[in-house]
This record gives sequence, structure tokens and C-alpha cells, in this order.
Amino acid sequence: MAIEIEQPSVGLSKVAVSETHGEDSPYFAGWKAYDENPYDELTNPSGVIQMGLAENQVSFDLLEAFLETHSEASSWGKGASGFRENALFQDYHGLLSFRKAMASFMEQIRGGRAKFDPERVVLTAGATAANELLTFILADPGDALLVPTPYYPGFDRDLRWRTGVKIVPIHCDSSNNFQITPQALEAAYSEAEAMNIKVRGVLITNPSNPLGATIQRSVLEEIFDFVTRKNIHLVSDEIYSGSVFSSSEFISIAEILEARQNKNSERVHIVYSLSKDLGLPGFRVGTIYSYNDEVVTTARRMSSFTLISSQTQHLLASMLSNKEFTENYIKTNRERLRKRYNMIIEGLRSAGIECLKGNAGLFCWMNLSPLLEKPTREGELALWNSMLHEVKLNISPGSSCHCSEPGWFRVCFANMSEQTLEVALKRIHNFMEKRERDRNLKVI
Amino acid sequence: MTRTRLFRSRSSEEKEEEEQQQHYSKHNITTSTGMRVIVPLQGVVQGRGGLFLGSVIPCALFYFFQLYLKRHRSEPKSPPPQPPPENSGGQLAEVSVSVLPRSLSRVHLTPRSPGGPAYVSGRANSIVKGGDSPHDVGLRKALEDPYHQSGNPDGVIQLGLAENKLSLDLVGEWLAKNAIFGEELSIGGIASYQPFDGLMELKVAVAGFMSQVMKKSVFFNPSQIILTAGANPAIEMLSFCLADTGNAFLVPTPYYPCSDRDVKWRTGVEIIPVPCRSADNFRLSITALDRAFNQAKKRGTKVRGIIISNPSNPVGSLLDRETLYSLLDFAREKNIHIVSNELFAGSTHGNEEFVSMAEIIDLEDLDRNRVHIVYGLSKDLSLPGFRVGIIYSFNDNVLAAAKKLTRFSSISVLSQRLLVFMLSDSNFIQQFIEINRERLRRMYIKFVAGLKQLGIECIKSHGGFYCWADMRGYIPSYSEKGELELWDKLLNIAKVNVTPGSCCHCIEPGWFRFCFTTLTEKDIPVVMDRIRKITETCKSHS
Repeated sequence: MAIEIEQPSVGLSKVAVSETHGEDSPYFAGWKAYDENPYDELTNPSGVIQMGLAENQVSFDLLEAFLETHSEASSWGKGASGFRENALFQDYHGLLSFRKAMASFMEQIRGGRAKFDPERVVLTAGATAANELLTFILADPGDALLVPTPYYPGFDRDLRWRTGVKIVPIHCDSSNNFQITPQALEAAYSEAEAMNIKVRGVLITNPSNPLGATIQRSVLEEIFDFVTRKNIHLVSDEIYSGSVFSSSEFISIAEILEARQNKNSERVHIVYSLSKDLGLPGFRVGTIYSYNDEVVTTARRMSSFTLISSQTQHLLASMLSNKEFTENYIKTNRERLRKRYNMIIEGLRSAGIECLKGNAGLFCWMNLSPLLEKPTREGELALWNSMLHEVKLNISPGSSCHCSEPGWFRVCFANMSEQTLEVALKRIHNFMEKRERDRNLKVI
Repeated sequence: MTRTRLFRSRSSEEKEEEEQQQHYSKHNITTSTGMRVIVPLQGVVQGRGGLFLGSVIPCALFYFFQLYLKRHRSEPKSPPPQPPPENSGGQLAEVSVSVLPRSLSRVHLTPRSPGGPAYVSGRANSIVKGGDSPHDVGLRKALEDPYHQSGNPDGVIQLGLAENKLSLDLVGEWLAKNAIFGEELSIGGIASYQPFDGLMELKVAVAGFMSQVMKKSVFFNPSQIILTAGANPAIEMLSFCLADTGNAFLVPTPYYPCSDRDVKWRTGVEIIPVPCRSADNFRLSITALDRAFNQAKKRGTKVRGIIISNPSNPVGSLLDRETLYSLLDFAREKNIHIVSNELFAGSTHGNEEFVSMAEIIDLEDLDRNRVHIVYGLSKDLSLPGFRVGIIYSFNDNVLAAAKKLTRFSSISVLSQRLLVFMLSDSNFIQQFIEINRERLRRMYIKFVAGLKQLGIECIKSHGGFYCWADMRGYIPSYSEKGELELWDKLLNIAKVNVTPGSCCHCIEPGWFRFCFTTLTEKDIPVVMDRIRKITETCKSHS
């Protein structure tokens, strides 16, 4: 760290020293523990198992297979100084072929129930950048976005840090499976008004992170009516749309708009990424799909700060425009995720733990509230600590997701092999058995 | 991979080369079928081995990638998680985000009424309403109607984009030859989350490259490197880290047009231009810096640092040791930062030595905390498409903050891996640097000589892809308006896109930046011819 000096050291900005990056929460502290003692089947079987990272590793083989069998076909491009263009290309519009491929992939995921225009696709280096960019565009410092709880802990940083925009929570609870209600929407809006804060939009994640469930059509309609009434924006983060276990259960906001002939659609913006559905977070590929021309133009220009490598665009354009591959991938990926989900739900249930009924995503929303010493945030963190240091499982506590009810935890299941998942379930089983035994001992 | 197949149906391929996909135009020509990776793109294709490279290189890239995967197919292991936080407390950080004062005025595009379009921020509006600068207009025109020797001889010649095509063939050849790699990684190593501020292997490779490019005068420490998707986010990140909204940086003019966007746009930080004059050959004067600093202080604006570019963009001059020391003294005296944009460090072509800010830092002193270097692979390695920018800082706090910001602009791991291999081939890199320099020097000499024949003098430059030309004798009036009139003629009549000095905030009208690295030597007479048409009709009567 810095050496002791007499003169005042040269200053940094508020942004640099602020803690809005949020990396001091348990969400990230657990990763540190994993980092220091990572589980490995052979070399470190008693290490911490990472269940706090929503990454999809179940379908790598499909990607590999594609790349191996399509290398020759893709290289004999007619004409074109491919490398030259590849190396020099830095246009923030992005490759048209890639935008077309993204648009078509997004359509496929929605079973063709919505159409996407490549001209409205704006490319960013990941959904993290997409969300921040939209926030910069839709709100000024001091304004707010309404976000339903529980939400992805990263939003605190992505939506607020450099933008200076606030998050006002829309409170949801287990009484109705954490669904968003019109009352909750109104309450959040009023809360902001009371604090003299201008609300600029609502940001939903559909399917939800951390709930692992899709939003119902009627709720989407209500949300859309709400934002129209208040004349604010709606950002729908649909990065898990391809990870819904059954295609018919996901309704995108795009479908709602199409059903209404795109009336009032200029307030809607969809965020997507290949990090979750395609398991390629390392490629840094995100997109903003906006129905608002101005937002598209501005987002494009702002994307200069977060462009996707042209080489990556080329590679993915080929992959995603191959309908045979994408159809098979989407279908297979869904099945494998469903299988994993069932496996973990069953395993947890046999250990006496219930989860929220989910139908999407790379995680499940687990209810450990019966285990809490005290039904408070401290109680939850104490339990989280036990899970991390005794059971050696890194799971995400609901409080880091701003959940209003203590005791809920997000557990990721797609970032490991089946064997590892079994090991994790076994540990949970043993943990629960031990607790049962301890309780019985106390009674005696 | 059989190379003979590449030479089939050459003529039809050449034809297609001309049907180039337009970036901005409405009629997009699409040629991709599902299987094709390479799509003919619009660009100033010079035809030098383009065909060959265009087929071999993408093939090589794919061969490389699938061979890589084949060799390293093993159980994907869980990737390393996020960089660990500073303190591992069990508590959520209770944060109140301070309300930052707005620096942009809000403009409603339409009256707010139910059913009217929803509000868009001041930041967005300023961009939409701002319209396009000559810099943008020129770039667009050049892209819509690009010059091609045989295919489009009347097209716009691009001299407004500081891009180096002179040595692309070398990079291409390397890729074609080398499918060798030695890391033990599975697809998990490319596909999974990696540290957002870049792979350590790439940082090591980049540190080595930076050192090589600066003729081994400095050693760069990989752990002081932050990698990000291009130099633009690197500059913006430093702006976010070193200044608050409403603060300012001193920037000597003329400066690179995009700095306005990078430094000011989303950060709300100001740029205070510090004029340099032709009488001094546009050299930086500490007196001028001091004056600007004091004026700002009087206005109540807090100056946080100085941003310099060395080699200078657009002038192309190098800062000598003495000036660098004086700058450091000045920064020390005012207790402010120095950001040294050394993007063209490897693209020097003159006889003067390039001295990096890193070299003159007294490592024992406090000064290290105030110096930050911006670098990238777009210029020196001709790979702007790969998006690699570097922040090199001696300040641990800045590194820590910048590291966290890289999540918003991280480099694709696929590209990172490829670059690790390329940069690790030190023989190739050495050769590349030398040959590239030689070609730059040749082009510079020829181009400047060509301009001289037309009666246009340039400031003697030692680096960069451009020359800073004195066209004061040809502007209708000694004003920005006059300058833009000349620019317009050059663009729309002569069909040559150059950057007018006003875009670079030059206080003296009549100076233009001409980039020559997108040309071949054959093009020079064509360019000069076109410029002559304008200069002959434009001699100002003074």
C-alpha cells in the first residue's frame, strides 16, 4: 500500500474511492473464500464448491463440436480481405452479419413469437456494459430506476456506480412467489416521489435472477401499462431467456409489444448477452435492443467505450447464423438445464429443503428460513457463514440481493459437473442431518 | 488446408471485393450464408495481397482455434472468480450515492405528456442534438464512397483516419504460419469468466511489447497494467478515476478530436485547452500551462491533471526529456496528475528518440502516484479491431479503481489468447516493429515531399501516422469558417478526407491533419493531384 508521506498525496475522484462498486458484500466475499480454497475432485476434494457463480458449463461440448466441424467451411470466404477488415474494423455499428445473427438467435429463443430488426441491435462488451450504458442514456445523476427485489447484486454497481443514478426497490415477497404486483410498483414510485427523486424507468430481469423463474404474461402487461401511465422507460434484461427449461413458458416483453402493434414501444429496451445462454462469458458479448431510435443512435455511439472484438464478432456470426446448430443447441441446453434443476431440487428436497418453484436460469432460489436462529439479516449471514466455512459451499445470501425476507439463498447448479453437484448435495444432506441430530440432542 | 484452392475464380473474387459492404449506407449488401465467417466488408482495399490474406488468414484463425480446442479438450474446470474485494467483511457496504451536480443542461425533445415519448437523459440529448462534426462527416463520406484504384477511382480518399495499413501483411503472414501454442487450457480457458482487467499472460506479453517498442529504454511491470477494450475506455476510465464532475484537465491543443468524448462525455469532466502556437512549432509551453491553471483557479474550476499525447496527435512531434521533466515539476508543484497518451510510441519514424514518461519517473519519489500512461495495440500493432487498450499506472489506488471499472469494457478472452501468442513471438515482433517503422518513414518522407511540391509545408514530425500541414495560404478567410470551407472543398470536390484543425481545437485556423498510412505509394500522386486542383483555385489573396 502507499508509503507514509508528509505532503498530501495527489487526490482521486469520488467515483474511484466510492464503495458503490459493491465488491465488499458477501456475494463477493464468498468468491474470495472459494478462490483461496477451490474444490477439485481429485486434488482438493474438501475445498469450497462454487455455487455463487451463475455460469453455464453444461453445453461446452456442443460449442466445441461446432467449431471443429465448421472450420473449413467458414474460411473460404469469397473475395474480401477478411483479415485486413477483421483487424482494422472498429465501427461501433458492429458487423452486420453478426447483428443479423444475434437478431435471428433472439427470435429463435422466443420460438419465433417476436421479430428483431438487426438495425436496432447495439453491441456492447457484455450485458454489464449494456445495463450501465442504458442507465447513462435514460437517466441523469440523482434520478432513479425502480428494480424489483430480490435482484442481481451486480446491479448496485452496474446501474449506480459511475452513473450516479439511484435504485429504488419494488418490494416482492414470498406470499405470492415474489411476483411483482401493481401495488408494489405504485408504492415504489411513491416512495421515490416522497424523497423528491425522479423515476426514469423500471428495470426487470426476465427470467429473474435470482429467482430462477419467468414473469407471467399478466404481470408483464401490468408492468407495461404502469410504465406507459407514468411515461417512463422499461428495461427488460432477458439474458436468461435461452435458459428457460421449457420454451413455451417464457414470455418476452417483445411479444407483449407485438401483440399491441408496438404501440408505446419507444420506451422499451431489451438487454441480452451470450454469457449465460451460450456459456461464453469470456467473449464479452452483450446487446441492447431498443425500440427507440434515439436510444439506438446514442447507445451506438456510447458503445465506443465497450466494443466487441471484431474477431469475436466474426466467429459468433458464423455460429449463430447456422440455424441447425442454434436450434439443436437451444433445445439440448434447455434439456440439460432442466435435468440439472430437477437433480438439485430433488436432492435438496430429500434433505428437507424447499425451493421456489422455478423454470429457468442457472440457479434455484432456496428457502433456508426454517434454519435461521433469528429471522433477521444477521441470522441469515450467520447461516451463510456456516455454509461457507463448515459445509464449504459458496451460495449467495438473499440479503445481498436485497430480499426483504431473510433466509433465502441463490444456489447455482450449472457451473460444475454432475459429480460435483452430487458432492455438494451430499454435503448439504450431511449438514441437515447433523443439525437435526443436534436439535434432538438439545431436546433431550 | 490446401492453399491451391485459394486462387480459384480470382476474377469473380475481385469483383466482389468491389461490392463492399457499406457501414453507414442504407443498402447493405449481404453475402453471408450460414457457414461463412468472412463477409466482404467495405474498406479501403488496396489489393496488395488482400485476396490471399483474406482467404488464408481467416482460415488460419479458424484452424488455429479448432486445433487449439482439439489439443486442449479436457474437463472444463471452474474458472477463477471475481477479483477478491478489499475487505471481506460480512456486511453489505452501506452506500449513499452522492448526487453529482449536473453538468449538462437537460433538453426535452418533446413535451412531456402521457403517451408522449419517455424522457432521455441530458447526456444522450447532447449527442443526438449535437449533430456531426466535420470529423464524423468526413469519415462517413469516406466510408460511403471509398476510393479504390481500379474499382472506384473517383471515390473519397481517406486521409482522416489514423489507421496503419502499411504493415498488415506482416501480421497476416504470422497468423498464417503459426498455429502453435502451449497453454494447458480447455474451452473453459476461453469461454469462461476471466479477470476483467485482462489475463496475466497478456499483461506480461504487453509489458514486454511496450518495452520492445520503446527500444528497451523502460521496463514495464505487468502488475501495473490494466487491460481494457481499446484506448478510448482507458482514457475515460482515467477521467472517472482522477476527476469529479465539474473538475477539469488541461490539454494542450491541438489535440485528438475524440478526446472530447473520451474525457468529458459521461464523466462531466471539463477540458481546458492550452493553446500551442505555430510560432513555437506547436510545442508545449509550461508558461501557457501555468496561465491556464491560474485562470481555471480564478474561475473556481479545480484542475485535476494534464493530458498529453506523446508522440503528439495530430502534430506528430515528440516531447523531449527536458519538457517531460518540466511537466513533472509543474504537476508536482500543483499536486495534479499527468496522463501521458503514448499510443503511437512504436510508430516513430524520425531520428529523434522517443522518451516515455515512465522512463523519467523518479521511482523513489512521490511522483509515481501522479503519472499514468495510456497505451494500446491499435496503432503500433495495427489491430484496432481487436480492441486492446492499456492503462499503466504507478498509483495503486488508481489501479485498484480502474480494475473494477474494466468490467464495463473488457477484452474478449478469445482475442486475448491469440494476442498472447503473437506477442510472445519476440523475433516476429522485433521484425515487425523495424519493418513497420521503415515503411512509415518512407511514406512520411514521400507524402511530405509531395505536399511540399504543392507548396504545403508540414511541421517536422517524428511519429504517428500523419502530418500536420499548413494550409493557411489556401483558406478564403483567416477564420474557422474559412478553414471549414477549404475542408469542404477538399472533401466534396477533391474527394480527399482530411481533418481540419478546428476539430482538434487548434487556435490558429488553416492547419490540417493528413493521415498517410492508409495509402500505398502509388496513391500519393493521385492524392497530390487532387489536392492541387483545390490549391490552384484557392490561393488566398493576401
